[in-house]
Amino acid sequence: MQNALFHWSFAIPEIWVLAMACVVLLVDVFVGERQRDVAYVLSIFTLLAAMALTWSQMGQTGFAFFGQFHLDPFTSIASFFVELLSLLVLSYSRKYLLRRSLYRGEVFVLLLFALLGALILISGANLLILYLGLELLALSQYALVAFQRGNLRATEAGLKYFILGALASALLLYGMSLLYGLTGTLDLHQIAIALVNVGSANYLLMLAVVFLVAGIAFKFGAAPFHMWLPDAYQGAPTPVTLFMSSVPKIAIFALFLRILVDGGYGSIEIWRQLFVALVVVSLVIGNVVAIAQTNLKRMLAYSTVGNMGFLALGIVAGTQNGLASAFFYAVVYAFMATAAFGLIVYLSREGFEAEEISDLRGLVRTRPWAAFLLLIIMFSLAGVPPTIGFYAKLAVFQALIEAHFIWLAVFGVLMAVVGAFYYLRVLKVALFDAPAEDLAYGADDPLAASVLTVNSLALLILGIVPGALVAFCYHALQGVL
Amino acid sequence: MMLTTTILFYVFSAILLVSALLVITARNPVYSALYLVLAFFNAAALFLLLGAEFLGLILILVYVGAVMVLFLFVVMMLDINLERLKEGFLRYLPLGLAIAIVGVLEMVAVFWTAPIGRVPAPGPIPANADNTRALGELLYTHYLYPFEIAAVILLVAIIAAIALTLRRRPDTKSQAVGKQVAVAVRERLRMVDLRGPKP
Repeated sequence: MQNALFHWSFAIPEIWVLAMACVVLLVDVFVGERQRDVAYVLSIFTLLAAMALTWSQMGQTGFAFFGQFHLDPFTSIASFFVELLSLLVLSYSRKYLLRRSLYRGEVFVLLLFALLGALILISGANLLILYLGLELLALSQYALVAFQRGNLRATEAGLKYFILGALASALLLYGMSLLYGLTGTLDLHQIAIALVNVGSANYLLMLAVVFLVAGIAFKFGAAPFHMWLPDAYQGAPTPVTLFMSSVPKIAIFALFLRILVDGGYGSIEIWRQLFVALVVVSLVIGNVVAIAQTNLKRMLAYSTVGNMGFLALGIVAGTQNGLASAFFYAVVYAFMATAAFGLIVYLSREGFEAEEISDLRGLVRTRPWAAFLLLIIMFSLAGVPPTIGFYAKLAVFQALIEAHFIWLAVFGVLMAVVGAFYYLRVLKVALFDAPAEDLAYGADDPLAASVLTVNSLALLILGIVPGALVAFCYHALQGVL
Repeated sequence: MMLTTTILFYVFSAILLVSALLVITARNPVYSALYLVLAFFNAAALFLLLGAEFLGLILILVYVGAVMVLFLFVVMMLDINLERLKEGFLRYLPLGLAIAIVGVLEMVAVFWTAPIGRVPAPGPIPANADNTRALGELLYTHYLYPFEIAAVILLVAIIAAIALTLRRRPDTKSQAVGKQVAVAVRERLRMVDLRGPKP
């Protein structure tokens, strides 16, 4: 009887990733320094198998572990994306890590554990599980950011990220505890039922939602809770930035979806107003401050802030279509960010990070193919058709207009135009400036080069034929409301 | 039977209070730590009287067996000047007393307003009650999933802490046992011909 409530089989991808992370940890100890590739290949294999396992679960639904684990189309699809993104991160970063003596088993293990945290978040159906998943994801990332111990900037970034991340967790926990006090249960579906009686005019509920939204915005990096983001992005080793800008975005969207939609949809009138404020501040800060940046990683960090604003536009709409467009935006943004940071990883070499915008001067003369890929990536980030970035913004604006937020949509479009300026400035530097004499790019990594090519071309091809990806993402959100 | 339990309760409570008092008044920090061990033992006995055998045993195992032993090590290894720690006692006494009074008042307020009378007294404990089993069922069956995740978080904390702090220092004088065992005679003993050249 009790075994029937466990439903182990629903959590097989999570169990697989956990088991293999431990195996990689042990194998790495035994094979030692020279055969580190064994641990690397094993990690890649783990991610491929996890994707296969998640894919095989597609279409199943149900609860496991006494209702603490929720398997639905969103779980499978979002899990599949975060596994794919982790795979991209690993394949981009081999050479980078090798060159900086960061090619260590712990990096792979921590990446796998961070992925596990994301998977737990995505499938959580209980406040306790969501919090634990979030901490697992965050803790692994803190360590990864500070992994270059000798690098002053990396340790500073790690410490900042750790302290502000702990603050965000505290805010979130406070919101959760208020929600628990209000409804008497940690189970999100019972919370949803209990909130029907509470009503959205309850002051305690307002307080709880304010804390929850603040915590989620912190983790998203939406302004005005974005202070940690530029420093952490710039200070961390670029592959870690690559990870931070992709996988957690989808995971935190899942956190939002689980807490405020699965559990707290009764309070939509409260959180919608909060997200309107977040959208306005994020769009302004993200797009305007990015113009002043000279460091590419910092600029992309502010671009993250702005893009989280666009993502939150879909959340503001709050309808089935709006949430689906927000998820679609999160996925598309994750792949764009992977490509952008992947390019930085690809161009860097020993002692040269290729992270200043001026480092890209005249890229088209020295590396024409990389410059072409940069063109696609920047167009996609700016939302220029026919790239997928355009469709992501279009979907969000469409949902917003359907929900009668015309002024917010107009404001969003204006800010997208402002944002286009700094993306195009990078292209101007890369395509029209004279190449610097002293610059030599690392660019001799066939694995990263091919992954980068596929990733960037996908942004273009999916922009021309977006139907399948759109349908896939919208299917994930079917039936959440 | 009831009387024995009551007497035992008062005996253990009295020893607990006295030893707790001695923890903060003893001059020697080693004595303080040992009095704390005594206090823990009596608290564990009180738990046993309440029928919470698991809590009682865990208190002894974890606090006495692990935490206090560690604490004693620290106390014995560090040269702590207790006189200096106690210097400001009189100066901080008013503040301490004020905090204590506020705490007492808060507790009184809670007990005054709490529905103590309305909560029914717990019924007699059934004969086959087993709180170790009950805890186990909660922890390893119902809350197995969060329990395992918490374990993974601890593992990540260990890995992260070691990865961020462990460094190999080539300049320290440490023993390489493997090299010592593998040493050959030739590396230690050099045969020298002392007879010198033949005349």
